[in-house]
Amino acid sequence: MNFFLPSIVLRTQNSSSVNFLVPLIAIVFTLLTGSLIFSLLGFDPIYSLYTFFISPISSLYGFSELLVKATPLALIAIGLSYCFKNNIYNIGAEGQLTMGAIFGGGVAIYFYNVEGFWLLPLMLLAGVLGGSLWALIPALLKTKFNTNEILTSLMLVYVATFILDYLVVGPWKDPSGFSYPKSRPFNESARMPELFNGLRVHFGLVITLILIFISWFIFSKTIFGFQLKVSGLSIKAARFAGFNQNKLIISAFIICGGFAGLAGLGEVSGPIGLLYRDISPNYGFTAIIVAFLGRLHPIGIIFSSLIIALTYLGAEDAQIFLQIPSAVGFIFQGLLLFYLLGAELLINYKIQFGKIS
Amino acid sequence: MNLDFIIGILEIILIATTPLVFAAIGELVTEKSGVLNLGVEGMMLVGAVSAFVTLVISGSYFLAFLISIFSGILMSGMFAILVLYLMTNQIATGLALTIFGIGLSSMIGKKYIGTPIDGLSPWFFVLISFVIVFIVSYFFYKTKSGLILRAVGESHNAAHALGYNVIKVRFIAIIFGGSMCALAGSYISICYAPMWQEGMTAERGWIALAIVVFSTWKPERILIGAYIFGGVTILQMNLQALGIRIPGQFFNMAPYVATIIVLIFISSNKLRIKLSAPASLTIPFFKGK
Repeated sequence: MNFFLPSIVLRTQNSSSVNFLVPLIAIVFTLLTGSLIFSLLGFDPIYSLYTFFISPISSLYGFSELLVKATPLALIAIGLSYCFKNNIYNIGAEGQLTMGAIFGGGVAIYFYNVEGFWLLPLMLLAGVLGGSLWALIPALLKTKFNTNEILTSLMLVYVATFILDYLVVGPWKDPSGFSYPKSRPFNESARMPELFNGLRVHFGLVITLILIFISWFIFSKTIFGFQLKVSGLSIKAARFAGFNQNKLIISAFIICGGFAGLAGLGEVSGPIGLLYRDISPNYGFTAIIVAFLGRLHPIGIIFSSLIIALTYLGAEDAQIFLQIPSAVGFIFQGLLLFYLLGAELLINYKIQFGKIS
Repeated sequence: MNLDFIIGILEIILIATTPLVFAAIGELVTEKSGVLNLGVEGMMLVGAVSAFVTLVISGSYFLAFLISIFSGILMSGMFAILVLYLMTNQIATGLALTIFGIGLSSMIGKKYIGTPIDGLSPWFFVLISFVIVFIVSYFFYKTKSGLILRAVGESHNAAHALGYNVIKVRFIAIIFGGSMCALAGSYISICYAPMWQEGMTAERGWIALAIVVFSTWKPERILIGAYIFGGVTILQMNLQALGIRIPGQFFNMAPYVATIIVLIFISSNKLRIKLSAPASLTIPFFKGK
C-alpha cells in the first residue's frame, strides 16, 4: 500500500458525467493515434484528417450520403443492443442483413412487372421475416443445443453470402444483364422513396428513427426491457426472479434479426435498387462497434452511427485523394473500439490517488 | 481412384490443415488460462502480411517468420493489456482486434498484392504443428507450470490466494496464442499460398475458435478437430472438381455448415461443456476490493 501511485478501486455509485465523457475520450485518442499513423505513412496529418473527417460532409450531398450510411448502421446497432444488453453475442447481423435483402428483394424480383402501392410494404415484411428467420437459427441452437452463438451466428453469415451469390449468378440473374452477376433492377414501386429530390437519403431513415424511439420506450418503460437488462447484469438474479431465459434469448435474436433484415432490404430497395453480391460494406459487423460506442443506448447509437458512417465516407475520400487504401477505415473503427473499451474502466472503477481505505 | 490419387489428397489435407492446428493450439492455451481471444483472424492476417513483406524486402525466410511472430506478440500484447489491466470485455476487445487486424493488414500489404515470391516447402511446418500439440499436452498434464496455468483458468481467485501471479500467467498465455496465430498466418502467406491477398486467411481464424470448442479444451483433440475441418474443405474442392451437378456455392458452404453441425453435436451435452470449459473463461480478474 503506497501513498503516491494511483490505484484502481470499484465505483460504488454510477457517475453520469463519466458515462458521457468516455466516448469523447475514445474519439480524441483515436484521432491522435490516427494522425500519428498518417504521419508515419508520410502524409500531412492535418490535411489527412481534414480529408477523412471534414471534407466528406462539407456539402449537402455529402451530408445526405452520411445519413445514407448511418441509416443501416443505426438500425442494426439498435437491434444488436437487444442482444448485447442480455450478454447474447449475436455477431452474425451481416448474415441476417443479407437474408433480409434476399427475402425482400425476392419479392421485388417476383413482381418485377407489377407496380402497386402494396409492393414496398410487402417487401418490408419479407425483409423482416428473412432476417428474423436467419437469426432464429442461432437462437434455437443456443437454447436447444447449448451451442456458442458467437460461432454459429458468424458461420451463418458466410452461408447467407453464398446463397445470395448463388441466386444472383443463377435463378435470379437479370436475363438482359449480359454476364454480370446481378438481378433485374427493381421497378419504381419497389424502391424506397427519396426524402429530398436529388439526394440519396431515403425513407429508411424515417423507419430507423421510429424504431429507435420504440426501442427507447421498450428499454426504459417495459417489463421486457427490464428483464433484458437484469439478465445481462446478473443471470442469477434473473433466474431468481423467474424470468424465462430461453424466451428472452429467442426474442432478442428475432428482434435483432428483424432489424438487420430491414436494414438489408433498405439497402437493396434504397440506394442500390437491385440484388448483387456486394450489397453491404460489412454494415453488419461495423454495427457491433456502433452499438458499443453508443453504449447500447438509443440516443448514443444515433450519434455513434453518424461518427462511424463518417469513417466510411472518409475512407472513400482518403482512397481517392490520398491514395490510402480504404481499409484504413477499419483501422479507425478498431482503434475507436479499443480506446472505448479501455476508457470504460472509468465507468466501473475509479482511479484513486493515495491510500486504499 | 488409384493409390497416387489418394496419397495426393492426403498430402493436400496435411498441408491445408496445418495453419488450423497452429491457430487452434495457440487459442487453446489462451483459453485454458481463462481468456477468450476472438482476435485470431486479425492476428493471423497481420502475421501473414508481416511475414510476406519482410520476405520481399529482406529475402530471408528466417527473418520473415521472426518478424511475423513478433507482430503476433505485439497484437496479442495489446489485447492482453486491455483485457488484463483495463479489464475490458474480452469478446468486444477480441472483435476489435480482428477488425483492426483486417484494416492494418490491408494497409501494409496494399503495395505487395501480386508480388511473386518463392514459396517455402510446408513439410517442416506440418511436422512442427504435431510436435507443438504434443509439447502443449505434455506441458498441461506433466509439468507444474502447466498445472498452474490450468488452475488460473479454472479459478483465478484460488490461484491468486495460493500466491500465483494470475495476470502474469494470463499475459504469457495470450502472447503464446498470438505467436501461434501469427505463425499460422505466415505459413499461409509463405508456404501454403505464396502470395499476399487481402483477407487471405479466409475465416480460418474463426474455424480455429470452433475447433477449440470441438476439442473440449484437450490438446490432442485439436488435431482430430482440425483434420475433420481440413478434410471437409479439401473434399468439397475435389468433389467440385469432379463436376457434380450441384452449384459451387453449396460446396463452398460446406466447411461453415460442418462447423455448425459439429458444434451442435459437441455442445448438446451441456454437462460435458460445463465440465471441460475453463471455469473462469471470459471473467476478468480484479485483485482489489
